[in-house]
Amino acid sequence: MPELVKAREPFRFYTRLHLSELTGLRASTLSQLLDLIKDVPGSCIYHHTHRFLQQHQYLSPEPPNDFAYWVSEVLGEDELGEKLASIDTIQFSSIRELRDRISEVMEGYLKDNPSVRLKFVREGEEFHFIKSVSFVLPSNQAAYDLKEFIEILDKITVDSIYFHIFESRLRLGKKANDFSNWIEISVGDKELAGKIARMDPYTHTLEDLRKTIIGMIRNRLKGL
Amino acid sequence: MAKVDEYIPIVGRSIIDDLRLLSEMLKGRVVQHVNSTAVGGGVAEILNRMVPLLRDLGVDTRWDVMRGGERFFEVTKKFHNLLHGRAGEIAKRDFDVFLETSRENMEELEIRGDIVFVHDPQPIALVKKRSGNKWIWRCHIDVSNPDMRVWNFLMDYISDYDSAVFSSPAFSQRLKIRQFLISPSIDPLSEKNKELPRKTIDAVLEKYGVSRGKPMITQISRFDRLKDPLGVIEAYKQVKKYIDCQLVLAGGAASDDPEGIKVLEEVKAMAGEDKDINILLLPQDDLAVNALQRASDVIIQKSLKEGFGLTVAEALWKGKPVVASNVGGIPLQVKHKYSGLLCHSIEGAAFAIKQLLQNQEYAKNLGRNGKEHIRTNFLITRHIRDYMLLFLSLYHGEDVVYL
Repeated sequence: MPELVKAREPFRFYTRLHLSELTGLRASTLSQLLDLIKDVPGSCIYHHTHRFLQQHQYLSPEPPNDFAYWVSEVLGEDELGEKLASIDTIQFSSIRELRDRISEVMEGYLKDNPSVRLKFVREGEEFHFIKSVSFVLPSNQAAYDLKEFIEILDKITVDSIYFHIFESRLRLGKKANDFSNWIEISVGDKELAGKIARMDPYTHTLEDLRKTIIGMIRNRLKGL
Repeated sequence: MAKVDEYIPIVGRSIIDDLRLLSEMLKGRVVQHVNSTAVGGGVAEILNRMVPLLRDLGVDTRWDVMRGGERFFEVTKKFHNLLHGRAGEIAKRDFDVFLETSRENMEELEIRGDIVFVHDPQPIALVKKRSGNKWIWRCHIDVSNPDMRVWNFLMDYISDYDSAVFSSPAFSQRLKIRQFLISPSIDPLSEKNKELPRKTIDAVLEKYGVSRGKPMITQISRFDRLKDPLGVIEAYKQVKKYIDCQLVLAGGAASDDPEGIKVLEEVKAMAGEDKDINILLLPQDDLAVNALQRASDVIIQKSLKEGFGLTVAEALWKGKPVVASNVGGIPLQVKHKYSGLLCHSIEGAAFAIKQLLQNQEYAKNLGRNGKEHIRTNFLITRHIRDYMLLFLSLYHGEDVVYL
């Protein structure tokens, strides 16, 4: 059973706030959507695959990306919508890979259903591409052991949880989420780190993630 | 005037802590807002509440109002309508009037901001005075289908700004400058949105002669064709065949708006002798709007065109189930079947109202989700945060900014 060890390095909580930058780019058909997905900056792909998590954090996990929502609800292509919604985002370690997968799914669908190319949405229902601009700032909160860590995690904003779980891994190119990295390297608890890293955070709400991670650490500390 | 800390019970301490962190990073910079009116209208309403809160956070914020005569404002009213996509005439002399007043303001209005935040087209030309500071143009109107004569005229100024801000993605155009999406917001502590005791609500209902006896469907809007009040009555009539309910149509008086008076007459004619249709004129009575929304069972916003539609946010904030048209900024506020029901027609609106009146648990869930959606995305605290991020973005061009 692990002891309450003092971490080699404290965990410093950051928070991430974002602004939505407009691009003026819009799609009225699936082909236009696909062409733009291939061409827009990575920050656009990031925005449309992650916005829902933050803006609808109170809902049970729901359509994880805007592309799936538009394709199903506006274009009326439910099957493609389902395929896009079920892309396993956690498997990808870069936006480039995620973008390629989304394009591949759309291309395959267009090949099998060529008549979809003729479908136009009504004026006002176009897909508008938006870019996410992130501002990362230190929150002045630091934990030196797991007990302190869960005390802070309990109160920190969901924006901070979001940053350490989603953004730092996918957008900043780290292999695992920040919490697992710290628990493995600075606390030295590989098993707990692995357990948190194996979760699929995309199927949780942010509040649910907070509770789940606190629960995992609390269970680990119980035997001390 | 409310202080920032008064919002802690509503949004949580950590959100306010983040605002303080951001405001620290703006220390030493002066932000100067410029618009065309100190009272009346949505822009003045939001600045009246936001400027004191920014100051309370320690951001040195000033607010100046440009001057203009009657002719100038007639021209800018024309601009407004044409930018909204309405047909209309505009002549060279109109542009001349605009340029003349702009010149006078450039001479008279002192630019003191490190960041100058210009609201709407009226003061747009002030940017020609820029000298080493940062300039933002905030467009509050729907420019998704603008009249190109006016839009091209404005483009000459827009391209001199550092950034532009729009309320909906549909309003964005291909521009050479950066453009951001910042939605408007509601203030949960204002007269229109604060919690009300039951007796206040009852007193308002009594004052306006509305009974609590039957389920209440409400649309709060001025009497304007674009808000489709006749469509609302038709939808109500379709519902009424199956559910004994009442309708409240409440909006500002329209004595200076000939078209508004005509619409009101048509509304009264269509309502006929139906005692369950309550047509209420509420000139600037925010408390009454608040009470009527809180007393309602379903709130409807059946607009044919909408800028953002803050009445939807107000209704959702009160936990009410909403039926609203899928236009303008409304779909940003209502995700169909998650936080309300969207409709595209009178029949669709009637069907949705019936669903909500007959399934109270479902209606309650939508209302609960809607309230949380507003708490996260459409309260004034989020608006202030976005504005501070916008100010910081002027000094950082990258997509991931480390502060």
